[in-house]
Amino acid sequence: MEVRLGPIATIPEGEGRTYRVGDERIAVFRSRDGNLFATQASCPHRGAPLADGLFGGATLICPLHALKFDLRTGTAQNSDCTLRTFPARLDASGHILITLND
Amino acid sequence: MASKQKLVVIGNGMAGARAVEEILARGGADQFEITMFGDEPYGNYNRILLSEVLNGSHDAADIFLNPLSWYADNGVKLHAGVRVEKIERRARQVIGQNGEMEPYDQLIIATGSVPFIPPIEGLYGADGSYKPGVFVFRSLDDCNRITEYAMNKRAAAVIGGGLLGLEAARGLQNFSLAVNVIQRGNALMSQQLDSPAAAILRTTLEQLGIAVHVDKNTSHIIGSERVEGLQFSDGSKLDCELVVIAAGIKANSAIAARAGLAVERGIVVDNHLRTDDPRIFAVGECVQHRGQVYGLVAPLWEQAKVLADQLTGTNPDSAYHGSKIATKLKVMGVEVASMGIIDPAHEGDEVVQFTEAKKGTYKKLIIRDGRLVGSILLGDISKAPYLAQAYERNTPVPEERLSLLFDIGAPSEATSVETMPGEMQVCNCNGVTKDKISLCVKQGKRSLKTVMESTRAGMGCGACKALVSQVIEWACGGATEEDPSAHYFVPGVPLAQPELVAKIRERKLKSVSAVFGELAGGVEDPASKPGLASLLSTLWAGDYIDERDARFINDRVHANIQKDGTFSVIPQMPGGVTSPAQLRRIADVAEKYRVPLVKLTGGQRIDLLGVKREDLPNVWRDLGMPSGSAYGKRYRTCKSCVGVEFCRFGLGDSMGLAQKVEQRFQGLDAPGKLKLATAGCPRNCSEALCKDIGAVAVEGGRWELYVGGAAGAHIRKGDLLCTLDSQEDVLKIAGRFMQFYREHARYLERTYAFVPRIGIEKVRAIVVDDSEGIADLLDEAMQRSVDAYKDPWLEGDAPATSHQFTETLSIVQ
Repeated sequence: MEVRLGPIATIPEGEGRTYRVGDERIAVFRSRDGNLFATQASCPHRGAPLADGLFGGATLICPLHALKFDLRTGTAQNSDCTLRTFPARLDASGHILITLND
Repeated sequence: MASKQKLVVIGNGMAGARAVEEILARGGADQFEITMFGDEPYGNYNRILLSEVLNGSHDAADIFLNPLSWYADNGVKLHAGVRVEKIERRARQVIGQNGEMEPYDQLIIATGSVPFIPPIEGLYGADGSYKPGVFVFRSLDDCNRITEYAMNKRAAAVIGGGLLGLEAARGLQNFSLAVNVIQRGNALMSQQLDSPAAAILRTTLEQLGIAVHVDKNTSHIIGSERVEGLQFSDGSKLDCELVVIAAGIKANSAIAARAGLAVERGIVVDNHLRTDDPRIFAVGECVQHRGQVYGLVAPLWEQAKVLADQLTGTNPDSAYHGSKIATKLKVMGVEVASMGIIDPAHEGDEVVQFTEAKKGTYKKLIIRDGRLVGSILLGDISKAPYLAQAYERNTPVPEERLSLLFDIGAPSEATSVETMPGEMQVCNCNGVTKDKISLCVKQGKRSLKTVMESTRAGMGCGACKALVSQVIEWACGGATEEDPSAHYFVPGVPLAQPELVAKIRERKLKSVSAVFGELAGGVEDPASKPGLASLLSTLWAGDYIDERDARFINDRVHANIQKDGTFSVIPQMPGGVTSPAQLRRIADVAEKYRVPLVKLTGGQRIDLLGVKREDLPNVWRDLGMPSGSAYGKRYRTCKSCVGVEFCRFGLGDSMGLAQKVEQRFQGLDAPGKLKLATAGCPRNCSEALCKDIGAVAVEGGRWELYVGGAAGAHIRKGDLLCTLDSQEDVLKIAGRFMQFYREHARYLERTYAFVPRIGIEKVRAIVVDDSEGIADLLDEAMQRSVDAYKDPWLEGDAPATSHQFTETLSIVQ
């Protein structure tokens, strides 16, 4: 199911924001090189708000305990935790579209 | 595509296998078809750990670096257990002992070394092999044979009192037999120790139950069928049933000599590890480079890299210039480390020495022109990793020589790495055990940085970093790798601090993204962002282009994130002084926003914890107080005592000074936190002696200024920088010191590390006496930063980014 979240300008370059989508909370990241990533909003380790993490390229560092995630796959470099990821793209009018798994 | 070249490697020991690993790491599998010959019927194992196998602390299976499957997985053909008989240079092929023939385009000789066997009668039996009971100690097979033979024997002797001999002796004690060490000369480890150290080591070993016999030249082995004892040239005898010969090693260069290559003490190679035949390279203990033959592992790692750079053509400029070696005796209960020269050699060489023979402690440093050229440590070798680094990199050592010998003010290390149980936590912040680090090293991570990245060890308070380094070193048997990025200011931009600053200034890079674009090939490393942001802000002050994504979350929302995603709000309270009206307002805010916890901080302020992100702007507005900047790497606060107002001992107005300090330096960003204090008299109730900067009033209206103190994860008393005549001077010199620190410290390097690294004398010369003529520049730069400061809480009414304070956004169609 593809969901339209809102205009890309809502997210500053190089940062993430958390969206409520039905019962889910999804973190969406906008990289400086023009990519979009979407993952679950809370860190599986201790529940940190991932959208607050430092982010660059496709790498995200969790703000609480510095777990380092690859946003393309959801895997962590320094932990066994894995993030759920969702395909994300922009539509023609510059709105964020994400695809939920089911 | 052109067909691959044939690369043959003679030797599958640590050098041969490492060279192949380095070649593969450079994409060598596409260039070469690789074939290896190894004498031993195994994969490659860590020879340095053989003594641990002998003493039972390691299982033989644990010391394998590459199992046989590794070779197949990497497309390397291995002749395991096949000795190479000859190299036919004209035909470009090597011939194995069973007639195996392998042609080569390029050949690497990595035959290592063989034990040196002194001329002793009766070593060999009738069949020409060693008499039963005579052993060398070089391979896993030697180790197994010794283990088997030692069962139920009463006495053993080790011929050779060097590094290997002592390791073997300590290992043999594992078999509950009497162990003797026979040394020809008059001192143990004569290559690494001076005579006082050798004497102390001898006592230590004797206390451990090893009998040491010096000045004993073994003339022959007693016993016709098997070893029964040793006969010495002075007429004395020793009963023993087992002899291990560990009298040194020599380069195993016979095969190269037979092939007509230049061989002296080893196979002669140039700076590219090439022999006098351009198709043949040599690496490891079998080579002689600039007259040096090495018998230790560290040079081999460096050589393997250069060889691989050259052979694969990845870096034609790569060259080997010889190695500086630090050695360590790996023997349970005996701590010995040695590096460089053992006695002063030049006029002006400075010797720093400490002896406590009763405890078996001996420390000696030889310093030339401010750099370490030699060191011996016995008993307590906790400073060895640091000293080895200073020696190998030839970096200047701190003026405070005492700090080179002892960790003053730091908690002592309770256990040595070796005896530490595997489940013991090394990193207490992230719960990383010794076992977890070992496992990570086994998986190929050999540098502090890579281990930290994959385990998060040392990434909390950072106090355990030195210990993590030691565990890594232990886990890879000394074969640590230095990550080049350890010298970078931030890991993601390959430049050390001075070069980075120069490039930023030269190219006028004013934003973090510009730095990544120009200096890191456009690759953004999120972990490097805050460090760059801090540096750029220091360098450009008001002209800095502040990209908010480069900030840690605390600096984006100007509050400190808590474990549940809420924030802590600490308003400014200069000098820890408040008023009934202010307290009432704080109480009102706490009630209105249902703040779950109100707590006094260590910095004499009031902390409102558990504030929701959305409430931050309103909380700030209702408080009507500026930010206390209790987040981020910046000036935090200045504690003070009451000073002269009420205190009957007060000598100076510490409270007033603290308020002026706060007004001037509020929110100033820096490489690390800056925590300050002022004290109204030397009783120091505000603990100014253990602050990054502390000012203490003394009789006569003067102020002592201390820098580099700490009392957190690390404890250090600050150094007295100078004594000043007025509060204005304190503000000026403290500011100049801060600016010097801001411009020259590594990111996250607190003043307690920075000041000893630079040396307080040098800091004083520059900051107080203006020895480099930069005082005015520092003062001006500080003034620009002070002028550029704006209370960040004003963003509550004028957010800097979209949804800066929104916790969760709703869908907008």
